[in-house]
Amino acid sequence: MKEMKFYGRAMPGIEIEPYSGKLIVIEGTDGVGRSTHVALLRSWLEAAGHAVLDTGMTRSILAGRGIKDARAGHTLGRLTMQLYYATDFADRLQNQMLPALRAGFVVLTDRYIYSAIARAVVRGADPDWIRSIYGIALVPDSIFYLRVRSPEELAGRVLASGRGFDYWESGMDLGLGNDYYDSFIAYQKLLLREFDRMKGEYGFEVIDASRPVRRVAGELKRSVARIVENEGSAANPSPKEVVKPEARVEAKPNVMPVVKETSKSAP
Amino acid sequence: MISYGYHRYPGRLFVVEGTDGSGKSTQLLLLYQWLKAEGYHVFFSEWNSSPLVKDTTKRAKKRRLFTPATFSLLHATDFADRTERDIVPPLKAGAIVLADRYIYTAFARDVARGCDRAWVREVYKFAVKPTVAFYFRAPLDIAVDRIESARPQLKYYEAGMDMEWSDDENESFKIFQGKILDEYDHMVGEFGLTQIDATQAIRTQQRQMREIVNRYLKETLKEKAVPGL
Repeated sequence: MKEMKFYGRAMPGIEIEPYSGKLIVIEGTDGVGRSTHVALLRSWLEAAGHAVLDTGMTRSILAGRGIKDARAGHTLGRLTMQLYYATDFADRLQNQMLPALRAGFVVLTDRYIYSAIARAVVRGADPDWIRSIYGIALVPDSIFYLRVRSPEELAGRVLASGRGFDYWESGMDLGLGNDYYDSFIAYQKLLLREFDRMKGEYGFEVIDASRPVRRVAGELKRSVARIVENEGSAANPSPKEVVKPEARVEAKPNVMPVVKETSKSAP
Repeated sequence: MISYGYHRYPGRLFVVEGTDGSGKSTQLLLLYQWLKAEGYHVFFSEWNSSPLVKDTTKRAKKRRLFTPATFSLLHATDFADRTERDIVPPLKAGAIVLADRYIYTAFARDVARGCDRAWVREVYKFAVKPTVAFYFRAPLDIAVDRIESARPQLKYYEAGMDMEWSDDENESFKIFQGKILDEYDHMVGEFGLTQIDATQAIRTQQRQMREIVNRYLKETLKEKAVPGL
């Protein structure tokens, strides 16, 4: 059990109490392989008997669809986009991640607040402003930052994946280059610089993601094993930690326990 | 990012604030008609009007998906879109922008719902500081009577039912409006809101409003003088 710690103040209605789950963040720029590694970690953790919730940006019930529609239209202003993402994050934190953590799940999140901060700062937002908005975030148990050496390497991966360059991932709204490739390189370079700046501030564990997937996955597993097993839950699970693998929560967050107002939030 | 108080645009921004039923929308409409008739270029901006956010808000209200924090953040998103689309560009072009509800509505409501005062103010730091922010103050019982007679059925979030202060809608609405009124009173000094007594006759209030607005107008803001519009 660990006490909940937030970067700033917790959202109203959240009871600050010890939780038995683990919040593990996989961060990194576009095309670095985050979703591949989240999927690999998930199967591996489930095979070891851990209940897993995986989540990521724009996957909230509340704002996910709205953000996708707005992105598709390419008409999203900078401030609007950042606040829309913050809304999405707040919804997932309160309705998915925190209930799962209380119930003892390992929560794997594909990006957390750091990507949102990096994107906002690269777009000219006040770094203190965006950080204080995300003061509502729970401090994770671990943050793995998948890092590649150059934006050119990311571009190669995006091409190899077959999906090609995306308008927003290429930072086309910033007008940094004449075409998607030039813009992608310039934009990702700025993001890499922001991530490097945040490394010390937030205590990222840097994983060299320029290596083959198998080796990166191996290192992640070893590190994650240290986190989830330091309480002996995998080797000798206590009864309340035995959760059936099918007890996944992301599809029906409305059935998750929602903690209601306590006296502290009454003004 | 330019923050509250540091915007320097040639246009003018007048906003109206107050609880539901204070009559502020009526007053803004009358001001709009007057400014138009005087030959000014006037833009109107309403609360909850962003086309990018509208569907999400509607769905969330219908399905009751909001928590106090997401209610606050989604309204901030809506307001950001309004700022980027409807408020800053006309102000830059030297026009007059009239806003029905502004950031103070969010401060009052969100804090009444338990959000941290400092956090909500920080979220809206990007907002343009109004030339004048009018606060139409009506005592709680008058505002509540006006709303209840105009709208027999209160909406779930409007009545603050999500806070579970009371099972009774009218009772919950009264509690909610009371908290909102306290927050507004708190903000009069903090933000220098211009208070108008909303129990006065409509024409009296409008006369006071025009007199104040008039101090900030000048010939160069008139339609023919605005270049490129």
